[in-house]
This record gives sequence, C-alpha cells and structure tokens, in this order.
Amino acid sequence: MNVQIPGAHRYVGERTPRKEDARLLTGRGQFVDDVRLPGMLHCAFLRSPVARGRIASMDTAAALEIPGVHGVYTQADFANVQLNVMNFFFGPIEAPVTILADGRVACVGDPIAMVIAESRAIAEDAATLIDIEIDEEEPVVSLADARSGPPVHPGRENNISQEMGEEIGEELQALLDGAAHKVTRSFRHQRIAQSPMETRGCVATCDGAEEMTIWIGCQSPHLVARWVSLAFDLPETAIRVFAKDVGGGFGLKNFPWREEIAIIAGARLFGRPLKWIEDRFESLTASSHAREQEATLTIAFDEGGKIVAGYCDYSSNNGAWPMGEDCNAAVHMFMWPAYRMPVYGFISRGWYSNTMGLGGYRGPWAMESLIRETLLDDAAREIGIDPIEIRRKNLVYKPDQPHTTTFGIEVDDISPGECLEKLLENLDVAAFRKEQAQAREQGRYLGLGIATYVEPTAAAGQMAPMTGELATVRIEPTGKVTATLGTHSQGHGTATTMAQVIAERLGVPYEDVTVFEGDSALGGFGPGAAGSRQAVIAGGASWTASEMLADKVKQIAAHLYNANPDAITIADGKVHIEGAPEMSRSLREIAEVAYGEPARLPEGVGPGLEAQYRYQPPPFTFTSAAHACIVEIDPDTGFVKIRRWLSSEDCGTVINPGVVEGQIAGGLAQGIGQVLLEDMPYDARGNPLAATFKDYLMPTFSDIPDFEYIHANTPSKTTGGMRGVGEGGAIIGPPTLVNAIVDALRPFGDIEINLPFTPAKILDVIEGRDISGSGH
Amino acid sequence: MSEHRIELTVNGRRHQALVDARTSLGEFLREGLGYTGTHLACEHGVCGACTVIVDGRAMRSCLMLAVQAEGCEVTTVEGLAAADGTLHPVQQAMRDNFGLQCGFCTPGVVMTLAALSAGDAKPGTGEMEAAMSGHICRCTGYQGIRRAIRQLAGASQGETA
Repeated sequence: MNVQIPGAHRYVGERTPRKEDARLLTGRGQFVDDVRLPGMLHCAFLRSPVARGRIASMDTAAALEIPGVHGVYTQADFANVQLNVMNFFFGPIEAPVTILADGRVACVGDPIAMVIAESRAIAEDAATLIDIEIDEEEPVVSLADARSGPPVHPGRENNISQEMGEEIGEELQALLDGAAHKVTRSFRHQRIAQSPMETRGCVATCDGAEEMTIWIGCQSPHLVARWVSLAFDLPETAIRVFAKDVGGGFGLKNFPWREEIAIIAGARLFGRPLKWIEDRFESLTASSHAREQEATLTIAFDEGGKIVAGYCDYSSNNGAWPMGEDCNAAVHMFMWPAYRMPVYGFISRGWYSNTMGLGGYRGPWAMESLIRETLLDDAAREIGIDPIEIRRKNLVYKPDQPHTTTFGIEVDDISPGECLEKLLENLDVAAFRKEQAQAREQGRYLGLGIATYVEPTAAAGQMAPMTGELATVRIEPTGKVTATLGTHSQGHGTATTMAQVIAERLGVPYEDVTVFEGDSALGGFGPGAAGSRQAVIAGGASWTASEMLADKVKQIAAHLYNANPDAITIADGKVHIEGAPEMSRSLREIAEVAYGEPARLPEGVGPGLEAQYRYQPPPFTFTSAAHACIVEIDPDTGFVKIRRWLSSEDCGTVINPGVVEGQIAGGLAQGIGQVLLEDMPYDARGNPLAATFKDYLMPTFSDIPDFEYIHANTPSKTTGGMRGVGEGGAIIGPPTLVNAIVDALRPFGDIEINLPFTPAKILDVIEGRDISGSGH
Repeated sequence: MSEHRIELTVNGRRHQALVDARTSLGEFLREGLGYTGTHLACEHGVCGACTVIVDGRAMRSCLMLAVQAEGCEVTTVEGLAAADGTLHPVQQAMRDNFGLQCGFCTPGVVMTLAALSAGDAKPGTGEMEAAMSGHICRCTGYQGIRRAIRQLAGASQGETA
C-alpha cells in the first residue's frame, strides 16, 4: 500500500518528465545499428522466393567472387553447431527448425543462405548472385488449406501444431440449444505485422572459447543471455547482452529467432564480429507475424439476458516456423474472468501452414475480448436490451467476488463493472442516442461502441521465465542513488518509473536517482517487457529495496547522532532528526561513514549503503477497464472518423500517469490499426502481399483521436499496489471500435465482421454487397 | 560503382568525403560521419524517421543520395540543441508532453517540426499536424506529439500577440 512517508516528497503518481528523453531527443540513444566494432562484418540473407519446396541446387560461387565478400554460410556450415532452439518458455519447439533452410523451404522468406561482407550493400549484392533452384510444391496457406492440405512438415500426420480442449459434448450442446436465446458469432482475424519502428538487428562477437558479447534489439537482455546460454549450452555468465535502446518490441523481440541466432552462431564460427540489421521489406514479410485466427463463439442466454453457457471453436495460423507452437488456449482462459459464465467449453487448435511463423504480439489472447464483446452487442440486439444492460447483467462487480471462472481462475479484486459505471458517468448515452437518431435522418451515420474486460498482468511463478524481479539500490559515497535492475524499456520508461518509486520510498530527489538497465550484467534475471509486468514486479522490488536501504540509513544515523531510529526521517536527500532541525545531515555524510569508516557503524550493521531485494508477486494481478468510442461513418467514402474515445481503467497505483496513458494510447492506436488499416495478406501461392509501408498501412497521426482517461486506482495486493497496463489498449481497442462501427452501420442490417474495415468494405455494406469474401 | 567527392556542412562543421553514388544521405550521415541520431526505419520514404534539415527544408535522408547533398547545409538531430545543452523548443515540447516512448521515430518528428518553426516562422497547429502525416510512430498513438504541437503553436501565438 502506498503509505505516505513523513516529510518525503511524493513522486509516485506524478507526471515526472522521463529520464530517457534527454538522450533520445538529442540523437544520443544507442540502438543496435549504432554499434560498430573493429573488424565487424555485415550480413544479409538470401530468402526463399517460394512458399514450399525442395532445394534442388545452390551455387554460391558468383557471390563469393564479389570483392568484399568474406563468406557465404548455408545450413551445411551450421550442421555441427550444437543448438537447442526453444520457445519463450524455454520449452522445446516441435517443428524441425534449423538456423537456415535444411534442404527444404516452408515459407516465402525462409532464410536459405547468409552472406558475410564488408558492408551491408555488398552483402545484399552478393545474396542476389546466389544461384538457387527450388522444386516448388503446392503450398498450404490459409487455415482452410491447413485443415485439408498435406503436412507442412513431412513426417507429421497433419498440420495441427497444438490442440487443447474438446469437441462440444451433448450436455453443453443441450444447454445451448435449450436456452431462451442462442447467439453465434464467427470471426476471422487478419494477419498482423508487429512493425516496430526499429526493425530487428543483432551484433555478436566471440570474445573467447565461451564468452560472447551480443547487442540485440530485444525485450530483456537477461532473457536473451539465458536463452543463448541454454540454446548453445554455454555458461550464462559468459554471455553479455546489451540493449541500451530498442525501438519497440511488442512481443516480436521476446527472444532471438533464426536470423539473430545465425549472427550469434556465425560470429562463433567465423571468428569476427558480425552485424545484421533487418530492412523493412524483411521486417514486414520475414519477421514473425501475429493474430491470424478464426473463432466461432456461441453463447446461450436466459430470457432476461443472463449468460447460461458458451462454447468456442478456435484456430490459430502458426505458419511454418512458429516461435513456439501455440493453440492460444489463453483465449479461453481469459475470456470469462470479468463475466459470470456458468458453463464454458472450447476446442483450440494451432495449425502449421506455409506462411511466416507466429510470433508474440501485445495481448496475444486479445481475440477473447474481440469476439466476446462483439457477440454481447449482437445478443443485446437479439434479446432486445441495451448493450450496456447486457453487460450489467453479466459483469463481475465487487460484491460478486471472489469469483472463480470455469477455467479455475479466481479473481477477488477486479473492477470491470465499476469501470463501466465510471465510464458511463462521463458519457451521456441518452444524448448520444438522440443525436444518432437525428443524424440518421440526415443520412449521417454515428455509432457508439462500448467494451469491458480484465487483463491478466504480471504473471509470476507459474512458468519459466515469468518470475520475480531483483532490485539493487545503492546510495553511493557521493550521496547520489543508483539502482541496477533487470527491467528493460523499448519505450516503457522504466528508468523513469523505477526512479520515481526509489526516490519516494528512499526520500531523495528524483534527480538524484539513476537507474541502470539494458545490460545482462546489471541486476538479476527477469524477462523484461513481457506480459505487462515491469511496473508491478520491478516496481515492487524497487519499493522494498528502497525501504530496506532507508531503514539502514536510519539505523546508522541513529547511532552516529545518538537519536532514536524512530525519530529519524529521510527527506530531500537529507537525514532529519525529529525536534532537532540543526542536526540534519546529508546522505553523503552517512555514506562516507558507511563506506569509509565502517568502525563507526553500529554493531551488527555491515559496511556500505546498498540493499537488494527480489520480489515475488502473486501469480496474477488483474487490471480492469471499460472503453467507449463514438464514430461517424461517411456514407460517400466509407471513411470512419473516430470522434471521441474514453478509457476508464483501473491499473491500481499509477506510478506515472504520463507513462500509463502512453501505454494505453499506444495499445489503442495498434488496435485502431487492426480494425481499420493493417493487413498482411497472402496470395494463394503463399506470397505475402504487403511488402512496404505503402501496402501495410500503419495508423498515422490523423487516424488516431485524442484519448480521454479516467483512472480508478484500486491498489492491487502487490507491494505498491500497481497493476500492469502494457497490453490492455491493444486488447480492448478492437472490440470498442468494431462495436461502434457496427452500431453506426445498423441501418444496413447484420454486418459480417471482416477486418480490417477498409473504406471499400464499409461501402460494400452501405451499398448492400456481401463482404464475407471481400479482398479489398 | 562510381565514387564521388562531396563537400557539405553538417551541424555547422564542414566535411569532405568520398561516397558511392548509391549511398543515401541517411546512410552517409550515419556510417560516414557518425551522426547515428538519424534513424533509418523504412528506407522507402514513408515513415519519416530519417528526416533531416537540408538547406532549411525537412528532407527524408533515405530518399536523397549523399551526392545530392554536395554543397548543402545539413542539420541532424544532434545539431538542434544549444551548445550548453539547452533543448530546442521542439525537443523541450516533446519532452514536456511525453511525445516519445522508444524514441526511434523521434528524431524525424523533431526535425520536421524544427524545420517548420525555423527562424521567424510561426506555424499553427494545422500546419504542424499536416506535416505529421509524413511520420509513423508505433508507440505513442501520437497523443504526446499532438500536445507538443499545441504547446509549440501556443508559444508562437503568445510571441506574436
């Protein structure tokens, strides 16, 4: 709980300017492409131009003749590299993934050869001169292809990569069929390219028999060090990973994948530092993708609109080389904690296909909110009640807790219902409905979308590598404070938020605190930015470590100045003794004694002024939210204009509203992109069709409205009371906007949801054309 | 491949260099001169991250060849703040308003706004917002950039009032 420390300046909750900005705004950041080592060579990959086939022949002679080319590696060169490719959870990957293609290609973009040269330009020139012949085979591209087509990986029975749950049983079927209302929604979600502004990249150098130094665009240098150590069977201490600045991760950069592994393995084999910087064409077509999935959800309701039962059939396109096979059971796990759902069944399958593999992306299970919240709107219409009412009838409010879902997840401190009520206090729905009706008479189409959800954050202790965080906080002999943490920012601002926590709990000025991260040799293991966890877990660790250090300062000061420890406070970087203002001392004075004259310390108190604490939080910490948006659709152009967007969220203690709102806004922008713009389609031959930012439409300045925020701040049970907020916007954004669009288009009947809702598709709806097979 | 000798001024310093004809200005600034604050993010002229100021105009340094900068005056993000470290008003406005997260697109955004507000120019919010159509940010949802623009426009209005 955030108890005010007497006299101390309050930093937690303040819109403190970010520590990171000073270097990032002046061009002094250090991103992986900014790293240059003596003797470093550059790499480029030859990639498969076809989706599926056998490599019949390969000739690298012409490439090797180009001046400046040092070598060309194929999988044969890596054949003796001992490598255990793992998923994010350090578990095995079933697909027979190799560093480079091993005799066969399974998707367009499959890396076949790696050229090592003096410059990136020469490496790219040479890669085009590798002569390759591939006996092309009929590819399996879509989920429908995967169900009926030949196995992507020879020797497997079918294309199911992972399966959980079961086909619907008679009892559940009877419940659904016998209910007053049964509503079904089928949904295909298009494929998304995560598209961080900084593409992937890696620099690796071999510093000895086992030692390596790696600079990599990642989400945690600690996780990369451990992953490389386990994958290559090297001591973790021998692997030093740096990632000072990373230009966005979003799940894509969780751990090294084939190209980065090729650079790491290649640097060991070749004996010189190697660098690879992905270009945008590769980033769009050959970085792991996300989100291509299909689901059919059926929910049964009683007369009044209370949920009776539900069943979901879900499939995820895993591509050829997923960064871990995944049937996304989390969709079902997190579909119902916010609602009272008595009986729920599901079947979930992941499918291999001859497309780029599945990677992580912000809120990987987000389909649960999208399909549930859009179905609830459908159901409200069918039952004849307001979309808000159907939520009120089924949401979990505080008096309903503790509440255990059919999946066995217990929630006892969530507030989705309360977030919805707070949202509605700030939104005059009746006035909007009136305006909407008047607008329709004038041929203008306004829509209101509302959605609620809970987000599981800060998972810890149930599965490697999702675990606690270590904080080491030190008052240096100068009296200034440094902390080393396992946190990592790809924009999260952890050096800011952690410094706020430390400054407040220790009683020092924010300006006097420096947080060091981005180096696997600093702090202790933690998976960094993954699962909306850093503010909660590293925040809790920093909180306790700072209070432990403050206690030590008080103990020493009490001894040195003959005072009662309870009479001592630390504020503004000084030690104060109650009732004796003339006795105030700088922390520097205490630190000089602690480090330099340990004989003056009280008995039992060790030298130095530092504290270290590893915080293990509860297994899950839930964040709740309700969002609303209002759109206007231009019936002449099909253009969707977002007129208003409200976020009512409860992420517990807010360390820095600027950072929290930044996370929500960024996630919402990605959600808006998914609904209106972004699409990575494949043609029937397995060619990815969005190869530039002119084809893959990213949300731009004019696509994103001003967001309004309502913070509820119910402290969680964690130290400090924080709840995670990293993924929520990307989870709740799509259903909120889809519901608004469907509401606006209500006069045109039932609408199939086929994302993205491009202007062309919306015009199809308005002009009465079927959009189910729309390729617009 | 042909090599060309060029001479140009970057951030007030004169430079001479031999460059390949195909080398982009962005790559030359980064690799040749070490101005790594210029970020290449799409290399096909859409995202705007590589924007620098060439002879007073915001230019995408991925779409301009280094040889085309012969005789030009170039300013990169490293050349914007005052010598004593005081941030340029655009940089300060971005900082005040949480206008950046990962910071990768930021140098381009900053250079476009700086070019618009150079000298006595007093761009309004509309002009600055329109210029943002040439920039992609994946992190912020543009909220802080919009607030920074309002702050900048308010400041310039204040001066003219």
